[in-house]
Amino acid sequence: MIEVDHLTKKYGLVGAIRDVSFSVSPGQIVGFLGPNGAGKSTTMRILACFMPASSGTAKVAGYDVFTQSMEVRRRIGYLPENVPLYTDMRVAPYLDFVAEVKGVGRAERRRRVAEVMDRCLVSDVQNRLIGKLSKGYRQRVGLAQAIVSDPDVLILDEPTIGLDPKQITEIRSLIKSLAGQHTVILSTHILPEVSMVCDAVIIINKGAIVAQGPIDTLVEQFFPTSRLEVEIVGPTPAVRERIRAIPGVLSVQDQPPANGAGRFTVEAARGRDVRAEIFQLAAQQRWDLLELKRVGLTLEEVFIRVVAGEEATDESGEAALEEPAP
Amino acid sequence: MKIWAIFKKEMRLYFTSPVAWVVFTIFLLIAGYFFYSIFAFFTLASMQSMMNPQMGRDLNVTDSVMRPLFSNVSVILLLLLPLVTMRLFAEERRAGTIELLLTYPVRDGAVLAGKYLAAFALYAIMIALTLLYPLIVVYFARLEWGPIFTGYLGLLLMGATFIAVGVFASSLTENQIVAAITTFGALLIFWILGWSADYAGGTAGKVLQFLSILEHNDSFSKGVLDTKDVLYYLNFTLLALFLTLRSLEARRWKG
Repeated sequence: MIEVDHLTKKYGLVGAIRDVSFSVSPGQIVGFLGPNGAGKSTTMRILACFMPASSGTAKVAGYDVFTQSMEVRRRIGYLPENVPLYTDMRVAPYLDFVAEVKGVGRAERRRRVAEVMDRCLVSDVQNRLIGKLSKGYRQRVGLAQAIVSDPDVLILDEPTIGLDPKQITEIRSLIKSLAGQHTVILSTHILPEVSMVCDAVIIINKGAIVAQGPIDTLVEQFFPTSRLEVEIVGPTPAVRERIRAIPGVLSVQDQPPANGAGRFTVEAARGRDVRAEIFQLAAQQRWDLLELKRVGLTLEEVFIRVVAGEEATDESGEAALEEPAP
Repeated sequence: MKIWAIFKKEMRLYFTSPVAWVVFTIFLLIAGYFFYSIFAFFTLASMQSMMNPQMGRDLNVTDSVMRPLFSNVSVILLLLLPLVTMRLFAEERRAGTIELLLTYPVRDGAVLAGKYLAAFALYAIMIALTLLYPLIVVYFARLEWGPIFTGYLGLLLMGATFIAVGVFASSLTENQIVAAITTFGALLIFWILGWSADYAGGTAGKVLQFLSILEHNDSFSKGVLDTKDVLYYLNFTLLALFLTLRSLEARRWKG
């Protein structure tokens, strides 16, 4: 649905993004991650046909964003980062205006506007001036204007920023409900959000893509091991040795003991669940097993590793090669 | 029709914000005062001419009331129209709404046309409200409708030019004040260009006189409909609108 090929954008001499390539298949929700100033918004603005790229091509629904801009614009809904709305307009007339400009027919318009107001939970403020609305409501009006024409592709730049936790949950479930019929690309700072909402992620740093793929694949790719936290009352060296001896266990590390119990971090090959074996071992040795917990290696850790790794390489080229980040 | 959607939106913004009401009020206040003082002066002059019939020979209500009124109204427009147009693009740019507007499936030309026509419609309504003055005059005296018609046509054409220049200035900046001052300055320069025509003399004088916005409006209020003047305003307007389109495109590339 979205194909981006070697996209580069320069503002004067300053490069905003360089050689960005990715693709999104129909019905997918893709998270666009990156630290501030990484080039997320720039990429989204190019996809939304707000500005042209310096080189490279981007296609949405098979149409080029530069040469067939009108065709692309008919098929997208865009929500820019700071949610720019006409503060002197009322909610319902505003959405009606957007629907009309986006080519929704007169007969259908009233129904569509009512429908998106319901869906985005703004029906109760439909006669209020947008300028008088709270941040959360404005965000939802912004989302409503993006989906009012029922576009194939949604480009959402930080759709949950500045919302309270309840609103965040509502917006997330709204976005999730859009999957399937719509292709969504959304950028965010909030990493757990991505794991909750998105099928795949694209991580961008300093204008270049550093990792992309489905979340599970990415986590596996960056952390080929699975990790357990174990708390056992018993002779520390013996415990360590016996756990180490379980097939599939790659390493055992001591953690500072708590309440007289030894704490260990066990790394095993991914896909190898050694929890049962540790339990059996403890039972057999009559050690007290206080805790046995699988620690999920999350997207957050992948993100930190990728972004930090980049920085280490950039700052001290060779040193980073000799000593890869832990 | 996309232009119609933009047009309605701009009209709505003019009337839900206080802009339209304030502009109408101030304009009618000043125009009304001008009309009153010109008409009162004319009454006085016609009373005096009753004593001295020779003086009243050239006294004519079209020429002595409506013509000065038209020229006074055009001065108010010079001051007021930049304030009507300053918002059109500058405000969209400042608030960031231009980012949404320019990613909707609507061409830059249609956005410009919708906005321009909205400002022009607002102006036309404002001017139409002054039709009250000739109606008052016609209650007391015989009025020639020809020069009134051309006078209003002149005002509309001149206003069209002012608005086009204002829209262009608004597309250049995100600061409304800058847009208003630029418009006012540019119009004023074209206004006073004719003044130096007398000293310049020769070909230069003629060129200067031809460029002056004021000069072209004068013949309309005399009741003269000259294609030269009509073309001057139309060309000026189209040039400003063309430049606006270019400026919108340039902004896109700059990002």
